This record gives sequence, C-alpha cells and structure tokens, in this order.
Amino acid sequence: MTSEIDVGQRTDTAGNGRAGGRRMSTGRLGDQIFAHSARGSGVVLLAIMAAIAVFLIWRAVPALRANEANFLTEQEWNPNATPPVFGIAQLAFGTLMSSFLALLMATPVAIGIALFISFYAPRRLASGLGYLVDLLAAVPSIVYGLWGLHYFGTKMDDVGRFLNDYFSWIPLFGGDSVGGRSLLTASVILAIMILPIISSITREVFLQVPTANVEAALALGATRWETIRMAVLPFGRSGMISAAMLGLGRALGETIAVAMVLSTASGISIHILKDGGNTIAANIANSFAEAGETGRGALIASGLVLFVITLIVNMGARAIVARRKEFV
Amino acid sequence: MKNGSRLAALGGVVVAGALALSACGSDNNAGTDASNAPTGKVDCVKGTVNAAGASSQKNAIEEWKKIYAQQCAGATLNYNPAGSGAGIQAFLAGQVSFAGSDSALDAEEAPKAQQRCQGNPAWNLPMVVGPVAVIYNLQGVDGLQLKPETLASIFAGKIKKWNDPAIAKDNPDAQLPDNDIKPIHRADESGTTENFTDYLGNVAGDVWKWEAEKKWPTEAGGQGAPKSDGVVTVLKQTQGGISYVEMSFATKNSLQTAKIANGAGEFVEVSEQSVGSALDGAKIVGQGNDLAMELDYNTKTAGAYPIFLVTYEVVCSKGLPADQAQFVKAFLKYTASEDGQKVLTEAGYAPLSDGLATKVRASIEALS
Amino acid sequence: MSVKGAELELKSLPRVSARRRMADRTVQSLVYAAFVIAIIPLVSVLWMVVTRGMERLDLDFLTFSMNGLSSSDEGGGANHAIVGTLQQVGLTAVMAVPLGILTGVYLVEYGGNSRLARVITFFVDVMTGIPSIVAGLFILAFWLLALGFEYSGFAGALALAILMMPTVVRATEEMLKLVPNDLREASYALGVPRWRTICFVVLPTALTGIVTGVMLAVARVMGETAPLLLLVFITDAINSNPFEGPQGSLPTFIWYQAGDPNPQAIERAWAAALTLILIIMLLNLGARLLARLRKPVSR
Repeated sequence: MTSEIDVGQRTDTAGNGRAGGRRMSTGRLGDQIFAHSARGSGVVLLAIMAAIAVFLIWRAVPALRANEANFLTEQEWNPNATPPVFGIAQLAFGTLMSSFLALLMATPVAIGIALFISFYAPRRLASGLGYLVDLLAAVPSIVYGLWGLHYFGTKMDDVGRFLNDYFSWIPLFGGDSVGGRSLLTASVILAIMILPIISSITREVFLQVPTANVEAALALGATRWETIRMAVLPFGRSGMISAAMLGLGRALGETIAVAMVLSTASGISIHILKDGGNTIAANIANSFAEAGETGRGALIASGLVLFVITLIVNMGARAIVARRKEFV
Repeated sequence: MKNGSRLAALGGVVVAGALALSACGSDNNAGTDASNAPTGKVDCVKGTVNAAGASSQKNAIEEWKKIYAQQCAGATLNYNPAGSGAGIQAFLAGQVSFAGSDSALDAEEAPKAQQRCQGNPAWNLPMVVGPVAVIYNLQGVDGLQLKPETLASIFAGKIKKWNDPAIAKDNPDAQLPDNDIKPIHRADESGTTENFTDYLGNVAGDVWKWEAEKKWPTEAGGQGAPKSDGVVTVLKQTQGGISYVEMSFATKNSLQTAKIANGAGEFVEVSEQSVGSALDGAKIVGQGNDLAMELDYNTKTAGAYPIFLVTYEVVCSKGLPADQAQFVKAFLKYTASEDGQKVLTEAGYAPLSDGLATKVRASIEALS
Repeated sequence: MSVKGAELELKSLPRVSARRRMADRTVQSLVYAAFVIAIIPLVSVLWMVVTRGMERLDLDFLTFSMNGLSSSDEGGGANHAIVGTLQQVGLTAVMAVPLGILTGVYLVEYGGNSRLARVITFFVDVMTGIPSIVAGLFILAFWLLALGFEYSGFAGALALAILMMPTVVRATEEMLKLVPNDLREASYALGVPRWRTICFVVLPTALTGIVTGVMLAVARVMGETAPLLLLVFITDAINSNPFEGPQGSLPTFIWYQAGDPNPQAIERAWAAALTLILIIMLLNLGARLLARLRKPVSR
C-alpha cells in the first residue's frame, strides 16, 4: 500500500511546480478560492474541537467550584441538593467495569470471527459472511436497547440466577438481588456492539500477513492452527491490540443501550449480577432533563471526564497502529 | 459522469420518497371515542405550547390534550413527562411554558421562577389528585397487606425476603414465597418519590430516617428506573419487585396493588374514592392565588387511603409571551372545568374537591 | 496459496501427530463457535425486530402521527418521527458532507506533511471517538443555553453533524489516496489548473467511494438518540419545519414508546425500530451497490 505521506508530497511538488506556472488569472483565483476553502474547512473542524473543549470546561468549572464533595472520589450524584454533592467515582467504576467486561467477552470472539473469515470459511462465502458481521454494526444502539429492555434482559434474568446459584463463590457472581438489569447484561450488549469493529479491523490486519510467511509455515508441515499461531498471530498482535482499544473506546461512550438496559443503583459493587449500576454516559442521558444550572455543569464535567478517557484510549490505539505503519 | 447521473437519480428517489411521506402524513387520528367530549364550551386558542414535568399526571394530560385538540383544531400541546424535577428545571430555564409538578415550588425555586416570569410570581395550581399505589409483582399473592412500618422497612432494605415474619404478620392468610424482595424506585427526581418518602417519614419515622426529597435517598438502596413508565416496565419484568406509582399506572397496566394501613390501622385498597376523604385533611399554605398545599398522611377517617399526591401545574401569573399565555390559560381553564375533571376519574385519578376546584378556577381567571 | 490446498498436499506427507491434530481440531471448532456466537445476537435482534415490528408496520403507521392519541390507544403512527429523522439527517448531511469532503481534499491534495495537516489528521481521529452524548451536551451548552435558541430539529442536526464529519473526512481521505497520481499529473501536464483538476478529475474518480462512505456515515448518525433527547424535545404532531419547534425522530420515538409499559406503545416501538432498520439497510445496500460500481472507475 502506498504510504499517505508519499502521495501527499508528490502531489504537493507537482502542484508547486504548476503554481509557479502560467495559468490565467481566473484559474489562479479559482485555485486560491478552492485552496482556501479546503483549508478553511479543515480549520473549521479544528475550531469545533476547540469549541467543544472550551465550552465543556467553561461550563464545568463553576459547578465543580460549587461542589462540596471530591469530584473524583465521591460516589453520590446529587448536584441539585443544597449544597451540591456529586462525584464520578461510581459512574466511572460502572463505565470502566462494563466496558472491560465487554472487551473481555468480545475480543476472543472477534478474533475468532476474523480467523474464521480469513482462514477457515470457504473462499466464496467469506465476503458475504464478513458483511453479515458488519450488519451487527449497522443496527443502531437504540434498537439494541429496545431488544435488551424487552427481550434479552428478561432472558439474562435466568442466566444471572444460574450463575449466582452455582458460582457465587466467585466474588463477581456473588451478592443478592440478582436480576436481568445488571452490569453483566449491559456488558453483554456492549460486547455485541463492539464485536464488528474489532473483528473488521483484525480481519484487515490478517489480510496483510505476507503470504510467503503462511506458505513457509505450511511447507514445513505445520497444521492450520500452527500456521496461524506462528505466522499470523505474531504479525497481527499490535493490530489486534489497537482494534480492541478502538472497541473499548466505543464501549466507554455508548449511551442509549446502556441507559435502557441498566437499572440505576447507587454505590460501587463488584457483584455484576446484581440489578442496577450506572455509567457516566447513561447518567447524562437519564438525568440531563432534571438538571439545573449546577446539575448541567456537573454532567458536563462528567462528560469531560468521559471525553478524556475515550481520548486516551483512542490515542493509545492510534499510537500502536502508527508504530507499525504497514497496517494502516 | 455516468455514475453521476445514477447518483442524481438515487438522490431524486430519496427526496421524492421523503416528500411523499411528509405530504401523505396526517395528524388527524380519527376514531377516538367521544365519550369524554365536553358538554360545556371550550375556549379555543390555536398554537403550539411546550410543557414538561410530572410523569404521574401523564395519563391525565394525554387525555386532556387529546380532547382539547379534538375540540380545537390547530391547538397542540407537547407535554414531556420527564419528571417533576426536570419539568421545574425546564420551566425555570424558560424552555417550557408551564411545568407539572407533584410538589409545589420550594423556597429556592420560587425566586428563580419569579425571575423566569419577568418578575411576576409563579403559582402552584393543584389540578390532579392521585393516590400513590404500592405495586408489586409476586405470583400467587394477591391483596398483599402492609402496615406503614413494614412498608418502610421493605423500602429501606431492612426486610429482604418476601416470607419475612413482619410481612407474614400483616398477611396471616397469604402463602409467601422465599423470594428476594426487589424494591424499585424512581431514578429521576420525582414528585411521587417526594410524596411517598414524605409519607414514610411521617408514619414510620423510626425506620425511615431520610428527609422527603425528589431524589430517592442513596442509603435506602434498591434499583432505580426512570419515570413512572420506567418503574412499571421494570416491575413487570421483575419477579419479587415492589414499587410505588400513581394509581392510574397501576390500573392501566393491571398491576397488583397492596392494601396499606391508614392511621386507624385499617387496611385500605387504593381507589379514587378512598382518597377523597383523605384530601379533606389537606390545607392550603400558598398565598393568594398560589394554592400550594400541605397534605395529611396520618388520616384516621374510615376507608381513607393514606398515600396520595397532588399534582400542580406551575404557571407564571404574568410574564409569558401573549400567545403562550392565552393558550395556557385556555387549556387550564378546560382542565379545571367540570368537563375536564370528569375525565380524571376514568383515567385513574381523583378529581379535585368542589371547594378546591372553585379556588383553582378563580386563580386561572386571574392569569394574564 | 490457500490453506485448503496446502492441506490436501499434506496427505502425501507423514501423518501429523495426534496431539497436534487435536489442537488443530479444537481451534477449528472454537473458531467456528466464535462465528456462531456472533451470529446468534444478530439473528435474535433482527428476528425480534422483524416479527414484532411487522405486527404494526403498515400504511397507517407510515402516514399517521401520534397526534391526539394517548399511549394506550391502538393505532397511531410514526410519520412525524420519520419526517423528522429524514429532515434532521438531511440537514446533517448538508452541513457535514461539504465540510468533510473539503477537509479530506485539503489533507490529501494540499496539506501534504504540513503541521496543520498533521494537527487536523490527529483531531479527526480524536473526533471519531467523541461519545455522541458529549456532542449533544456541547450543542446544548452552546446553541440552546449560550445563544438562547429553542429546541428544534436543526439543533439536533448540529450535534449529528459533529458526529458525522470525521467519518466523511476519513472516507474522503482514503478514497483520494487511492486515486492514481498519474491522473493528476496528466491533468497538470495539460495545463489544467489545480482546483479544476481536483474538482473534475480527482473527485469524480473517487466519487463513488466517497458517496459510499457518506451513505454509511448517514446510516450511522440516523440511529443516534442521545443528542436528540437533549436537543429536539418531543412532539406527537407532524412538524415539517426543522428550524422551529420540537420535532419527532425515529430514535427518540422508539425511546419514548419503548419506555412506556402499555403493550400498544411497545408494539409501536418495535414497528419504528423496523422502519429505522429498513431505512438504514436501504442506505447500506445503496452504498454497497455503489461500491461495486467503483471498480471499473478507479481501475
């Protein structure tokens, strides 16, 4: 694949060469207008990003000033009280917990799918099957929410009870008040939602494994699994990691499906089968309407935290990709 | 360029489809029953007004706006049943013309409301009386009876199993299963919650130590669901769940409701008649045309159901833009009229008492 | 080169030890299982949406609004929501597509390796990761609270545009990079000015690819709910003016109807979900068809 920088520079030199040339003024004018508007839209995009950051910070600061509790460690969320008391400890816990669980469930399955489509499925079916998995991404989150609320959640009720009955010695599955509107249900739905993004990126990485490596392994008499283990997985490791991180970024910011499926409950609890929990994004969706001046600021502050977390995760993923340029 | 024309064709199809859809669209949902049609005259003001607030009165507002729109073509009320807290916030921010709230404006909100109304006071006008039903989902146990202390202990998380001795004592004849009790509360800021917790604090202060607020006390635990609708949806799916909601939601969804012991120790089934007498004990604490009320939960009247709420419409006495003000006045005039109040009984609420209704009508006349 | 072919040849080699064969078989079944696990929820979601949605999806549902109906009434429809969604998403596209394409053009054709281009590329990546609720918060703080505008479909479209823009930039960028440089050089050699080269040679070559990307981006934002909840308010009546007053939209329609315990409302929620998925699938299908057309063009 041609590297992007290469293309850019070449057109650039070509352009510069031509710009010094002999075009009529109308052409030059058109050129200038076009170049400036292209550049301008890039700048607009930057301005929007800056505006988002500035606005969020500007709105968040007064609320944080008014806050009586430590924003990072307080578990309660009650900005409308006098004096306002709110903190993101519980929300951040719920967000991270559900996203990591989702990642834990989705990554192996997604890699399995990618392997299936790239190496196991009949060639002629492969692209169709890939499309099928991509369809999962085309289903909007509100539909997952609807499905989770009226169908899947009720099924997870039984699953939760079963896990609680037989595995309650594992702390995660312990506790009482087991039900279908738990962090586990939210995590499973998140896992379904991030499957396609992880698997499609992983698939692309697998496509780039040099055929020579695969053939060499096969020539040595390796089985299919050994070929994958020795030639494919080491080559694709960083690609898979960044795919997983991009999936994580998506899971962290997911709002509606979680808000519909998860009951809210207060307090940090590691019992993931228990009904209730909360995440930053779901909390914003659920309590925005009733938020006053301080409440809005508080929610915006929590949105800022979410923004920063997703930013770090996404940047980490890109950094890993950038380190091995050939995957881009 | 071949592709260009194909694209254009595709775009044309999309645009044509969209136009066709919007052209064929109809707001006219005919065929609704006319049994509630008002007998008297209804003041018609055309236009669109946005309102938000208590989800407890959602079923009443839906009926009212349906009938009002049938009587007055071109009049649209958008009511967002986002919860009392949300409604008041939207009202204070000037985003809606009036708010529905299950609790009157408090000392902090009142000045902000005055500011929102261009310096004129905002009034709390009682419009809907609703018994708060204690709903539960427990197969095989109908007509559950609960004393206030038991009820408070359940919601405070002190009683965790349905076959707890305290519940068994209130229900000598029932076959209580060994299930977890799952208390469900409103996750949003809700007037129903405020009234319910106010009731618990009043009648079972030993167990229920939290102050009455729109937000459910964190320490009490349980799981939360948004709005009255959300609570009902979750309860329907939760075996062993128990919650509280305005009665109309219980009747509309045929949920199991518990009989609650009143001040005289008598277990009373929730119904619109059983509230009427309890309301007599309430007194008006608002000034002038502001009709904020104080409720009496410890009623000893025979047959009186103890938990109920009054939903206020929070309005600007003056200071709304003229078109909005006229709409609000005309609409509320209808809802407070005999025709309007008649709708309530069928929708699962209790009408205002005659004396109170007269005062409300007088206040509405004074709106401008 | 295919693994299958290689396996056939293995027959002439000494047999693979049982342990290795076991491992191979185990992994194979795991990989098949992974695929099945992924397909189960897809089938389940689509099955539920189609079967439950079909119960109510009819002409009435598409042509009537919910005006004057209470949630427990039979009938009613989502016309107001469909109209709202199409208008909001249309406005979004009108704002995001030109900006996105121009930015993409800048990055590939003008920016080169300049500092500004690198900064923009970085922030486009960052923007892709913005949670939709944060975009909604921003527009609410900016458009509704600071500038004092009212709830409208347009406010929702503004937030959606923020979510859509980076996707369009990326799609444009990818596609422009695929345009062979010879084309540009040939055009320059003929003395065609740069902007005409871009507009009439480079962009048309990449057009189908870009349109595919745009349609996928449109499909993505069409299902966004969170920002609309904050910005568009709700109404049961048809409002065909996205610049004034509350509007319906399919995602918020589903949100409210699904949260309502009345079976009639839940039926409407499923039907609306089916409508939404059908529209999105249609766009997806259109995008795929266009992608197929692309091949002969880019050569």
